[in-house]
Amino acid sequence: MLDKLGMYLSYPFVRYALVVGILIALCSSLLGVTLVLKRFSFIGDGLSHVAFGAMAIAAVLNITNNMVIILPITIISAILLLRTGQNAKIKGDAAIAMISVGALAFGYLLMNIFSTSSNLSGDVCSTLFGSTSILTLTKKEVWLCIALSVAVIIIFFLFYNKIFAVTFDESFSRVTGIKAGSYNLMIAIIIAVIIVLAMNLVGSLLISALVIFPALSAMRLFRSFKKVTIFSAILSVVCAFSGMIISILAGTPVGSTIVAVDVFAFAICYIAGMIKGGMLK
Amino acid sequence: MALLTIQNLSLGYDSHTILEDLNFVVNKGDYLCIVGENGSGKTTLVKTLLHLQEPLKGQILIDDGLKKNEIGYLPQQTIVQKDFPASVKEIVLSGCQGQCGLRPFYNKEEKALAEKNMERMGISALKSSCYRELSGGQQQRVLLARALCATRKLLLLDEPVSGLDPKVTSEMYELIAQLNQEGITIIMISHDIAAALRYADHILHIGDTVFFGTKEEYIESDAGKFFLAQQKGGDI
Repeated sequence: MLDKLGMYLSYPFVRYALVVGILIALCSSLLGVTLVLKRFSFIGDGLSHVAFGAMAIAAVLNITNNMVIILPITIISAILLLRTGQNAKIKGDAAIAMISVGALAFGYLLMNIFSTSSNLSGDVCSTLFGSTSILTLTKKEVWLCIALSVAVIIIFFLFYNKIFAVTFDESFSRVTGIKAGSYNLMIAIIIAVIIVLAMNLVGSLLISALVIFPALSAMRLFRSFKKVTIFSAILSVVCAFSGMIISILAGTPVGSTIVAVDVFAFAICYIAGMIKGGMLK
Repeated sequence: MALLTIQNLSLGYDSHTILEDLNFVVNKGDYLCIVGENGSGKTTLVKTLLHLQEPLKGQILIDDGLKKNEIGYLPQQTIVQKDFPASVKEIVLSGCQGQCGLRPFYNKEEKALAEKNMERMGISALKSSCYRELSGGQQQRVLLARALCATRKLLLLDEPVSGLDPKVTSEMYELIAQLNQEGITIIMISHDIAAALRYADHILHIGDTVFFGTKEEYIESDAGKFFLAQQKGGDI
């Protein structure tokens, strides 16, 4: 088994995939805690469908570097969704549901009508579930992924305390002079970037899992924001790494394997949390 | 010079006016209680005072060297906070955000300030406890300590005792009264008129009739008499 792993690891594209996968997992878990706590768990899902629609547009227009289209469209949608959350005629969850299914339907429609590919359902499946796209990244895309991930991590690190304050109590932080609106905007943009990155790894249907599972698992076990954040980052990286290794060895699809490992980890954390809670009482 | 001067203030949402032509003054060291029926616009008034919401008309003048972000605010609890995994220390420290500006991390003075305020509120022992596992009274103390980190001069409390049992409620009132004696100006929203009359020195009554004055004047006024009679009949 180790030989097999060694053989795979000697291919540069496998190594790229591992590095990119770990970075993406790290980024996506960082904001997971904030999203879960702000009751925005579903926003990841909505945005990923938007990204799917954008990808369909890119495919139809025959743009090879599809990030150019996907990233701005997703960022704009994220801003719209988070902004309307506060004072909109259509409330948060309904708006997300509307945009997400709408984008999904239009994406598939576009791909169906204009697609030149002979294997349409295969294409759709791989954008939805990620299947192998992580292994087919070009060197340029790998560097883009790394740059964006590092940027997300640095921004999160620098604004950690502000993100905490805005998440915990938006009106209080407004009163103390924090520009809560700008930070919400920043959070929205970061989420959009993460989603576009994570599409490569797990596909657009499974992104939410990558964002929320580590956070939810960590919240079962830890009691401070810092510990929850750190643990969810570690857990996410471990799950993504082992998920990728398992998928290489067992020949299973990357995205769904990672998510399955995440679900498994959540189950363990849930039970551990119950035992821990029982001991405290 | 007054700390806060409110002139001809009208407030409400969009085009819907809740209150019109409000005038009152808060001086340094005052303990002002804002009372009124549900829906009379108490919370809207506080939000307007804090600039969370723009007034429809009129002015809020701040003076005596009070900066806009030097007001300590104790909001009503939100649902989000009920299962928030955060330690007491993290929450109290977040009160210092106002001083931080764009600096990403807290400095020594701010950490010391947080420690001091946790001690002041008697929650030092709970420092590493999780906020969501505390009792209602303890949670309010945490939020009060956070508010104290943001201010040295003025505290605005939005129903600080709602949902607390009688014993904890009176402890909370004593704590606030003590802060007032230490020189912090208090503005408190409450519908507990008995406590308002016991602890506050000024009353602002909003609703169909608006009254502002000292508590002695309030007890003598028509609005006060009516409201007191109503509460005695209703609550007890």
